[in-house]
Order: sequence, then C-alpha cells, then structure tokens
Amino acid sequence: MNSVILRAGARLLALLLVIFSIYMLLRGHNAPGGGFIGGLIAATGFVVFAIACGTEDARRALRFDPGSIAGAGLGIALLAGIIAAIFGDNFFTGQWLFINETEDDKGIPLSTVLVFDIGVYLVVLGAVLSITFALEESV
Amino acid sequence: MSWFLSLPLIIPFLTAIAAYLLRHSASGKWVSVAGSALGLVASIALMAIVLDKGVVAAQMGQWAAPFGITLVADLLSAVMVLITAITGFAVAIYAMGDVTEAQERLGYHGLFQVLLAGVTGAFLTGDLFNLYVWFEVMLIASFGLLVLMGGKEQLDGGVKYVALNLISTIFFLTGIGLLYGLTGTLNFADLALKVEEIENQGLLTVVAMMFMVAFGVKAAVFPLFFWLPAAYHTPSFSVSAIFAGLLTKVGVYALIRCFTLVFDHDIAFTHTILLWVACLTMVVGVLGAAAQSDFRKILSFHIISQIGYMILGLALMTPLAIVGAVFYLVHHIIVKANLFLIAGVAKRLTGGTEVYQIGGLYKYAPFLGVLFLVPAFSLAGFPPLSGFWAKYIIVKATLDIEMWFVAFIALAVGLMTIYSMTKIWAEAFWKNHPDGIEPRMEKLSNKWAQLLPIAGLAVLTVFIGMNPEPFVQFAERSAAQLLDPSDYITAVLGDAQ
Amino acid sequence: MEQLLSLLIGVLVAASVYLMLARNLLRFLFGLILLSNAANLTIFVAGRLTPGAPPLIPDGVDAPVSEVANALPQALVLTAIVIGFGLFAFALVLAFRAYQSLGTLHTDEMRVAEPKEQK
Repeated sequence: MNSVILRAGARLLALLLVIFSIYMLLRGHNAPGGGFIGGLIAATGFVVFAIACGTEDARRALRFDPGSIAGAGLGIALLAGIIAAIFGDNFFTGQWLFINETEDDKGIPLSTVLVFDIGVYLVVLGAVLSITFALEESV
Repeated sequence: MSWFLSLPLIIPFLTAIAAYLLRHSASGKWVSVAGSALGLVASIALMAIVLDKGVVAAQMGQWAAPFGITLVADLLSAVMVLITAITGFAVAIYAMGDVTEAQERLGYHGLFQVLLAGVTGAFLTGDLFNLYVWFEVMLIASFGLLVLMGGKEQLDGGVKYVALNLISTIFFLTGIGLLYGLTGTLNFADLALKVEEIENQGLLTVVAMMFMVAFGVKAAVFPLFFWLPAAYHTPSFSVSAIFAGLLTKVGVYALIRCFTLVFDHDIAFTHTILLWVACLTMVVGVLGAAAQSDFRKILSFHIISQIGYMILGLALMTPLAIVGAVFYLVHHIIVKANLFLIAGVAKRLTGGTEVYQIGGLYKYAPFLGVLFLVPAFSLAGFPPLSGFWAKYIIVKATLDIEMWFVAFIALAVGLMTIYSMTKIWAEAFWKNHPDGIEPRMEKLSNKWAQLLPIAGLAVLTVFIGMNPEPFVQFAERSAAQLLDPSDYITAVLGDAQ
Repeated sequence: MEQLLSLLIGVLVAASVYLMLARNLLRFLFGLILLSNAANLTIFVAGRLTPGAPPLIPDGVDAPVSEVANALPQALVLTAIVIGFGLFAFALVLAFRAYQSLGTLHTDEMRVAEPKEQK
C-alpha cells in the first residue's frame, strides 16, 4: 500500500472526512446525521490515513490515545445528562440556551442534547479506532 | 427524588471513566474502591427510600411513561442493586491484591465498573428494550474482562462464552420485536396491562418461550448452560468471582421479572416448563460438579445447580416459593462470589486449582479454612447459615403443594452439594500438599486486601443465617409486590391508567 | 410487502442456521451476523410497515401533520444495529486472536479450557 498517490490523497481525504463528520454531527438534531454517524465518518478518515501511512502516523495525527478519547466522550455524554440536576430536572432532561433570541426567531439554539451528541461522537471515534488500530498492528 | 434512582448508575460510570483515564497510574485501583464505596452508599439510600415509600419510578429526560425511558425500583430491584454494590465493593478491594499491573494498564478497573453499571442498570430498568441495552453493556464489559491479557485458555473459554451469549442476545431481540408487534409497547408496567387484552394468547406464549430461552442462556439453566463451565474457570479470580456472583443472577432476575409481571397469562404451560427446567438444572449441575476436580470448575457447576433452586421458586409461583426465590437470590450472590474469592487465595498459596494437586491449607492457613467452611456449608444448606433458610423455604413451598418428588430432588441435590464441598475440603485443605509446599498466609503480597472482603462476606452469610427473620420478612414483602403488580404499575404509569 | 419481508427473514434465518452449524468459527460468526440482521428485520416488520413521511414535526406544530412512519421500531433497530456492530467487531477480533494463539478455528479442536479426560 506504499504508493505516493495513496499517501498524498489519504491526507486530503482524511481531512475532508473529518470536516464532513463535524458537519454531520452539528446538523444531526433536526436532520439525518448525528454523533454516531459523525464519529463513524471521522473514524473512516483516520482509518484511511492509517492504511496509507501506517498506524504510527495515524496515532500521532490523532494526538490522544483512542481509548482515552472514548473514555472522555463517555464522560461528556454523562455530564450532559447530569447538568439537568442544576435545574432540578430528571436525569438526561434536555436543557436549552437560545442565543440572540427574538420574537419570531429562536436564534442559535444550544442544548445539552448537542453536548450528548458530541460525547457519542468521541465514544464512537475512540472505540472504532482502538479496535481497528489494534487489528492493523497485529496483522 | 428521581436522582436516587439514577445515582447507582451514574457513579459506576463516572468511576469507570476516572479509573480508565488513570489506568497507567497506581491510583486507578483506589479510584475503583472509592467509587464502589460511593455506589454502595447510593444503593443503601435507594434501599431506604424504597423501604419507606414502596415502589419508586423516575422518567429519564422527563418523557412520560410508557413512551420514555423509565427507571423503577421495587423491593426486588432495590435489594439486587444493594447486593450488587456490596459484592462490587468486596471484589474491588480484593482486586487490589489479585489484579496484575499489566491488566490494570489495559483498563481492568474501568471495565469492572462498567460491568457493575450494566448489572445495576438491568436491575433498575423499567422496560424490555433497555433491559436489552443493559445486558449488552454488561456483556461487552464481561467479554473484555474475560480475555484481558488472555492466554490460550482465556481465549478458548472466551470464544464459547461470546458465541453462546450472542445467540441468546438475538433471541432476546427477536422476542422484543414480536412482543412490540403484539402489544405496541415495551414498558413492563404497560405490558402487564396490555398483554391481557391480546386476542392471540397462543402467540404470546410463543414470545414468552423466546424470552425464556434468551434469559435461560444468561441464567445458565439446563439445557442452555454449556458456556458457563467452559469460561468461568479461566479469567483472573476477581473477575470470575464477580461473574459467578452476579451475571447469571441477572438472567434469573429477568426471568422472575418477566414471568411474574408480563407472562403470567398461561402459568399452567410456561411455569410447568420452568419446573422441569429447574429440576433438571439442579440435578445436572450437581452431577457435573461431582465429576470435576478443579476448584473453580466444581464451583461453576454448583452455580448451575443453585440456579435451579431459584428457578424452582419461580416455577411454583406460590407466595412462599417466590419468597424462597428472592431469599435464595440474595444469599447465593454473597456465598458464591465469596467461594471464588477463596479459590483465588487458595491458588496463590498452593500454586494450583486442581484439588488433587494441592493441599495443606488447613495446617498452614487455618483461618482460611474457617472462612471456606462458612460459604461452603451455607451453599450446601447447613443450619444456621443463610443457605439453610433459603433451601428450607423452597423445600417447604414444594411440600405445601404436595410435590413430593420435587422436594426429594431439592433435598438430594443439597446432599450432593455436600459431597463436592467435602471433596474440596479434604483434598485442598485437609490433606498435605503432594509437592510438600507449605501454603502459609505470608505468601500473599497484599494479604488484607484479599482476606478482608472474604471475611466480610462470610460475616454477612453468618449474620443472615443467625438472624433470618428480617430478611425473610423483607422477601415476603418483595414477593407480595411481585405477585400483585398494581403498585408497580401505578408507580410507573401514574394513576391515569 | 410484509409477506415478502417475512420470507426474507425466513431465508436469512435458514442460511444463518446452516452457517452456524459449521465447525469453523468464522462461518459461525458470519451466521450470527446474518441472524442478527434477521432479528433486526423482525423488529422492523413487527412495527408495521406504513408508507408515511419521516416522523418529523414542523416548526410551530405539536403533532405531525400528515401520516408519518412509526419511529420507534426504527429507533430500536438503529440501537440494535449499533450494539450488534460493537459486539461483532469484538467477536471478530476475538476470533482473530484465538486463531493466532490457538492456531485453529475448528471448534472441535478448541479444547484448551476444557481438555479431554485423561484415562
């Protein structure tokens, strides 16, 4: 798999996939998409990168250990649920914040639901990558 | 209020994350112990609330039942959560002396806490689909623990464990799909109301059988138990203790929950099958144990035979029998986890688990001998230990409805249990070590971490045995709730149903 | 449509049982994957097939305006697929590791944890 074209192309493709995955993550609340799909797409980006340039480079590009990413994601998702306690609601009740809200426009809605989705994104990314990297390295 | 139901789930998850992120440092195990202690406090609080207020329910995200995710705790759930926390705490301490640094680096403590969270979630959930999800959380953590740093033996056992449990998962899923098609709901309380209105009761029985197979695999009943003796003797001792104590009991709990609350439409058919399954499970388990000579394999087969008693309690479906099943469930988790922990110490001291190749434990470690006798006699049903009362209630329940043959089997299996326990006692404790090794307690690297949990669980066994009255009363209240689910349904759906 | 899907489920189950009866662990796992897909389809069909719009509620309304598809079975199937994906990824890695360490995927020869009785 050590061709120049693949290696050059993989870097570009990985970048594109990661950007696209963030787009999928953010549009997920009201349209098809979301944290799970976003995480899978981002993982695909890094897998392509790992196939072209080796897992060592891919791990370096990822900066953090995939297992720790998954752990942190789980923590973020849990926090999104725990925040509801501050407002006296049940576990995992969605909390909303509307920025620039006006009469007929809701402005930019921010919610703990999105935070949960970001957590899912990281869990999926970390879990898929730790399995695929481990497999790649043992083959 | 609702947070008391969520906390026993949130705490192990947060602990898991913290322990996993700290897996390269020595503090990971302390995080695990501290988290388990907090979880124990949370489950005691939950127990106090349930004792005070009866069945409590919480709707996650404030989506009303039966549409949202519901957590429910009745007395059975609360006591199972509590006993999970107790066992988890004991094993977390034991793990400090048992788990190697290499296993810790791979995330042992994180997986262990996720396993506890999965088990707790399965006890607290109020709908079938989330029961499936919690089963999976539990499974994936147990898969990881089983093969962590695995050698050939662990991988071989792991493959069988994974394969058979995945089949059971698929049965479960198919059953969920069909039940949803029949009733349009998966919430336990809602199901309990809706199943009575179904015209096609025959199809309902078919679905009930799918659940029986799915939970039967998890609970390791005859003839679906083969994964258990193939896997439980292979992982590290703290792992097999928590598996032996809790995992099969989740299956039993699910059977009790479903076959008292939802599938009670055709007791003559479903519970007769359960009765046969129970008797065969008891007999086959105890005979299997008699043929084994490995410490943990003997204990593994005894899990199977003891599961039979619990299923027997469910199958009889009389108030007293359900009392027996609940009491048995609680007693068995403590005793069985403790026996596996003792097996771990015995291996450390003597260098093996094959009972004919070890020995001398009584001479050089008499304290361990006493600690072994407590759970071993309790398992066999000697008075005045907890196992005696558990067996007594079950046998009395069979005698009350004049099932002499079943009562005979239950008593005979108890006798056979003594045979296996005597074998372990005579070979591993009484006789001298064939290689002349002196199994002194000083060999343990972290003596108190390993002995304290064993002693604690043994004291608990003796305490329940000496003082059974409040526990039996508790089991009676719990059985009354199970047989008359109106409180449960009101707690989940409100008065509006 | 229901009949067609039911037939498909039947075919999938038959194929998966055939695969799972094989003595090769890899074939067994492939059978398991097919079987789990059959289970997912069962949930999907059990939720009734309705030709409706996606279950999305437009702005300013409390309930869907036209007939929409039942979202719950889809959510269940999606969850089941995700979980199944994780479990099978693990199972395949496990099979691979077992092959590396035991040198076989033939289930009759995998007897390390339960050795034959020595007479």
